[in-house]
Amino acid sequence: MILLDRVTKTYGRSNAPALDRISLHVEPKEFVIVVGQSGAGKSTLLKLLTREERPTSGKIIVGGIDYDKLKDREIPLLRRKIGVVFQDFKLLPNKTVFENVAFALELVGYANREIHHTVPKVLDIVGLVGKEKRMPLELSGGERQRVAIARAVVRQPRILIADEPTGNLDPKHAWDVIKVLEKINKYGTTVLLTTHNQEIVNKLQRRVITLKDGKISSDRARGDYKT
Amino acid sequence: MKPTGMRRRFITMERIFTTGLANFLRNAWLAVAAMTMMLVTLTIVLFLVISNATFSHTISQITDKIDISVYLKDSVKPADKDKLINDIKQLSNVKSVDFISKDQALKDYQDQNKNNPDLLAAISQTENPLPATVQIKPKDPNKINDIRDYLEQPEVKRLQSDETSYSGDRKEAIDKITQATRFLRETALIGVIVFTIISCLIIFNTIQMAIFNRREELTIMRLLGASTWYIRGPFVVETIFYGVIASLISIILVGSLFTVASSTFEATSLGLLDIGYASDYFSQHFWTILTAQMGIGILIGAVSSVLATRRYLKFKTTK
Repeated sequence: MILLDRVTKTYGRSNAPALDRISLHVEPKEFVIVVGQSGAGKSTLLKLLTREERPTSGKIIVGGIDYDKLKDREIPLLRRKIGVVFQDFKLLPNKTVFENVAFALELVGYANREIHHTVPKVLDIVGLVGKEKRMPLELSGGERQRVAIARAVVRQPRILIADEPTGNLDPKHAWDVIKVLEKINKYGTTVLLTTHNQEIVNKLQRRVITLKDGKISSDRARGDYKT
Repeated sequence: MKPTGMRRRFITMERIFTTGLANFLRNAWLAVAAMTMMLVTLTIVLFLVISNATFSHTISQITDKIDISVYLKDSVKPADKDKLINDIKQLSNVKSVDFISKDQALKDYQDQNKNNPDLLAAISQTENPLPATVQIKPKDPNKINDIRDYLEQPEVKRLQSDETSYSGDRKEAIDKITQATRFLRETALIGVIVFTIISCLIIFNTIQMAIFNRREELTIMRLLGASTWYIRGPFVVETIFYGVIASLISIILVGSLFTVASSTFEATSLGLLDIGYASDYFSQHFWTILTAQMGIGILIGAVSSVLATRRYLKFKTTK
């Protein structure tokens, strides 16, 4: 599902590479956790996958799409296949919860009737029933995070990328979010999760990839996280 | 269930349009500046077109009166006369040739002077003193040399009784008018170009301001996989509204100006600018003018908004 072959990304010319010849393979329906300290290259990795950045060298293939052959006008089509939960949520502040989720469907041309049919189902999965008309600013951090997840999965992407989705949450809310991700993974979506949270990593018992200074320092099938 | 092809495209188009309309209403005050600029530009263009048509009309009216009169001797045989007329018709700069016989010339003279019995009496006492005339209308009154050369040939000159009249004095006046209109046209053209550029820049800025206010939203849209036209479309729709409204106001403005002016100056012409003609021209070509105005307005709007959004829609290309 995700294939990286000796991928290097260097910002600017003289800097040390943010990612240094990373090779990585993720199977469909896998649940992968990427850990590492700030600056280890986690965000860069995700930005390469969403084609926000281009690799300095190396090959990236996601869902059968070779990024080297991807034309600019095809980038939106790629992004529609990948659901992303951003670290800072990236919700539209002047739209309600419902509208924020509906927005993802609007811009790929779903009819209003279909939107009204689909969005409540997804809000139910993430546990936001009854909060459809709230504005993002009226929600708690965990609720906002779940809106972001709902928006990321509403189009039923084959891959879900979640960047530190538990970053600003207390343990209880963090677990709520993780449970939602597991549920989505169970439905068949490949999940790529980055986190700092040691407890979550150890409890999940999933594949863990550890990044250090732009390199993969370990990749274990049922890993834990040592700081 | 995913919507398919055509339907999806239609839904998307509809969303682009409604978003554009909403933005237009939301940015109303910002829009006023852009529309005013466009209005000024379009009105200048409209004035240029109408005054150009009017001047051309005036000039052609005057130049129509320019002719060359060749007076024939009474002794010229009909065959020679016909040959002369035919030869003149062959010249490239000749628009038309009229023949006025001696009788016709007399009749015209009598008509023109019917209130002057002395002149009529004088002429009726003698045998018809008026010569038969060949009247030549040149296509371009500025280039009558070839006609003149032909008429100056000895065997042609032989047939003529008097000096040929070239309306020389009128030609000078026409030259001056032509020069003046050319100057006006050029000045107006420069004005149009300058105002078009300014109005493009202002609209460009308006859109950039609107984008700046919503850059976060645009970034999010981009990350969620919105296509370039889904993001750009509403801005283009918005500026097309500017164009349509500005062109309508411009037409209404100029139209009512003509209505007022033509009733005030009824049938008088203000020097070269024949208000009556300009007003007629405006109403006769109303739909063409309306379409053209809207076309220009829409073009200005669309071009500047496409340029303004381009920078924000680029994907990263650096490796």
